[in-house]
Amino acid sequence: MMNQRVRTMMEESVLPPLVALVVALVAGDLLIMAYGQAPGVVWRTLLEGTWGNSYGFGQVLYKATTLTCTGLAVAVGLRAGLFNIGAEGQLAAGGFGAAVVGLMLPAGTPWLIAVTLCVLAAALAGGAVGSVPGILRARFGAHEVIITIMLNFVVLALLNYLVSAKLHVPETLHTPEIHAGAVPRLSSAFAAFHGSAANWTIVIVLLAAALVWGFLFRTRAGYELRAVGLQSDAAEYAGIRSGRVWFNALTMSGALAGLGGINFVLGYKNYYEDGFTGGAGFLGIAVALIGRNNPVGVVLAALFFATLSQGGLAINAMVPKQIVEVLQGIVILAVATAVPEVRRLLRGSMQRRKASS
Amino acid sequence: MNDSAPAIRLTAIDKHFGAVHANRGASLVVRDGEIHALVGENGAGKSTLMKILSGMMPTDSGTIEVHGRDVTGWDTSEAIDAGVGMVHQHFMLVPTLTVAENVVLGREPVSAGRFDRVRAVRDVESLCKQSGLDVPADRLVADLSVGEAQRVEILKLLYRGARVLLLDEPTAVLSPPEVAELWKVLRRLRDGGATIVLITHKLDEVMAVSENVTVMRAGATVEQMRTRDTSPEKIAKAMVGRDVDLTVRAGRSASDPTASAALDVRHLVVRGARVDRAVHDVSFRVAPGEILGIAGVEGNGQTELLEAIAGIRAVTSGEILLGAADITNRSVHTRGEAGLSHIPEDRHRRGLILDYSIADNLIFGQQHQFTSNGILLRDAILDHARSRIIEYDIRPTDPSLPARALSGGNQQKIVIAREMGRAFDVLLAAQPTRGVDVGAIEFIHAEIRKARDAGKAVLLVSAELKEVLTLSDRIGVMYGGRLVAMFSRAEASEEVIGPFMTGAKRELVA
Repeated sequence: MMNQRVRTMMEESVLPPLVALVVALVAGDLLIMAYGQAPGVVWRTLLEGTWGNSYGFGQVLYKATTLTCTGLAVAVGLRAGLFNIGAEGQLAAGGFGAAVVGLMLPAGTPWLIAVTLCVLAAALAGGAVGSVPGILRARFGAHEVIITIMLNFVVLALLNYLVSAKLHVPETLHTPEIHAGAVPRLSSAFAAFHGSAANWTIVIVLLAAALVWGFLFRTRAGYELRAVGLQSDAAEYAGIRSGRVWFNALTMSGALAGLGGINFVLGYKNYYEDGFTGGAGFLGIAVALIGRNNPVGVVLAALFFATLSQGGLAINAMVPKQIVEVLQGIVILAVATAVPEVRRLLRGSMQRRKASS
Repeated sequence: MNDSAPAIRLTAIDKHFGAVHANRGASLVVRDGEIHALVGENGAGKSTLMKILSGMMPTDSGTIEVHGRDVTGWDTSEAIDAGVGMVHQHFMLVPTLTVAENVVLGREPVSAGRFDRVRAVRDVESLCKQSGLDVPADRLVADLSVGEAQRVEILKLLYRGARVLLLDEPTAVLSPPEVAELWKVLRRLRDGGATIVLITHKLDEVMAVSENVTVMRAGATVEQMRTRDTSPEKIAKAMVGRDVDLTVRAGRSASDPTASAALDVRHLVVRGARVDRAVHDVSFRVAPGEILGIAGVEGNGQTELLEAIAGIRAVTSGEILLGAADITNRSVHTRGEAGLSHIPEDRHRRGLILDYSIADNLIFGQQHQFTSNGILLRDAILDHARSRIIEYDIRPTDPSLPARALSGGNQQKIVIAREMGRAFDVLLAAQPTRGVDVGAIEFIHAEIRKARDAGKAVLLVSAELKEVLTLSDRIGVMYGGRLVAMFSRAEASEEVIGPFMTGAKRELVA
């Protein structure tokens, strides 16, 4: 009985994304053949260029780190019934916050203190951006989708101004290098990762994912947050203040997205550069969707999208790398449509199986 | 008595939902042109069986025959084409469209490629006249009473040519005069040749309108009998599988008249969704050890009254006192701590988080008591759930199942277990037995009496006049947002209270 339920749960949560993946693969096959290439060869190249060598794998880990943060950000919002589309701006703000603190600290600041302060700054900056739609939603009932979308433009333009007018290194659009708070590359411990951007931020981010899981499923605040997201009328009946939950959820969401900024700023370049986010905030929506708003799922989905993104570079010589962007789109569409459908079929077949047994 | 094939013959129907076995070899035979009652406890599989018959879901095994034709595996549109249609407990109407537009929706009369509104209204009006279902065809559905909306649902089926009507607990939302009206309509439809299956768990309804009764228990058909050869006791026994006490016990107040009120409501005014004064200057007191019942047709301010006392709806003016404490503007949480317990009228919307487990639902609203430093105490929550599940006989018994997987009666037991299993002084019970089977009703009523006998004050709001009369020590009647009458149990009866419910009489209670 217990095992049966565990199996059912696994089938329901694991099988649908896999089906979506297969659909995307078939669509990818057709696309690749349209370019006159052999799908098998292209896929093998893609895998070899990502999971097949340590540099490529390092790049996948690097990209997955940022995507995990933005994915977690969107997932936490959705668990509270809110759609945060502002992860892009929050991610940029987090990176900027980390850079500013890193610049302000004197060069000799002890490593642990410097990193802690920079990480906090990133979360605070992202959280501050997230708190704006949080307040507007809780106080005035303003729709968070509109506010978060529009706030992306405000934040990105503001940061662009600050960097280009106040903080930039001449002839560039990035700040000077930070004095303290840099996070070492993974290659400092594992020589094989040499040259890749992968850095120890990944540990901080995995820790954050674990904390988010614990928060959602093991704390009272998480219990109340999910209740608001599932049935706000019932939450009201139970004395849960939805406004406060909304504010907390969006602030937390922003902080998680902001945390992603340290991956680039502290772990990779050691400076803030205008436009470093490159759409990772928006891709976080897809990561949360495929990851089913579960922190474990988000980490896996982030790895998947990071693989696609890095793999695009590997297969660029054979097919245009934009093909992976098409694939991303197909995966998202496939998940959005196939998941409910697969689950329906699954239920049907399970019932038949039981009936015949 | 009829040598032609029966209107409906279901044989050996089996249906699973995941781990739940909803129908186990259920069967049903309904003769042409009869009103057939399908009764059983909640979770007995009545609705599932009817959904299978109406094509809403496929059966796992077994056969469905309609008028002798094997139609196993058909879908709703095929069922409608064959004249089989279902009226659901939850209405499926578009509130922003008129009655006529709702009725013709999907089969609109068309002239010159455009929707022929005039003809739609004419068709629906003549259908109203013909069937005796009286609804103004040009009114917006949003402005209809519940009883009228239900008539629109029936009209929709008749418009599509339905000859076999399946009604799922149609009286759950109706006042006594509306119920009487419905019986008239159903009899008239039957006399016109229609076949009607009535899902219900109210035995007086079975006795009042049906010719034959089929009783279901635990997914299987246990008995089929002729109504005039049986009795409510026999049906109840078949439903529950044991003897059931159906006698109405007069309320015996345990209250001490000198005691101060446990709940004191003074000149309460509450704004509603569409009216400024959904509750209009209402005052009353409930003493410890007393059940005050509020009777009234739904939508006369009872919902707003209870929500205001519970702290979910803002009070415009007036005062609410819990014991000596003024809680008029206190949070839901504070009220709960002060001893207020609340069984909400809509368990799906407010009372439960359907996707949460039984265990998590059993602490809903009291989660702070199962927390240490912000961390949920999983073991305490599970232990609490296990003991409540046994004590309140919640089935299935696995605390990790989502509330969604339970039948309505068992879902309500979760709410009852949670709200009555904790420390409280005042209980607000809104429609505590709505959509709940006989066995569970008996149980819930006993729990409410037990609370009263233990010195709790109970404010009971129910659309079931019988329930109010059965349980209450005093009975107030609400009409148009006002408390229009107050009776002691001895003075009250359906005949006395009826006219006040419809607004025909009033004696404003100060």
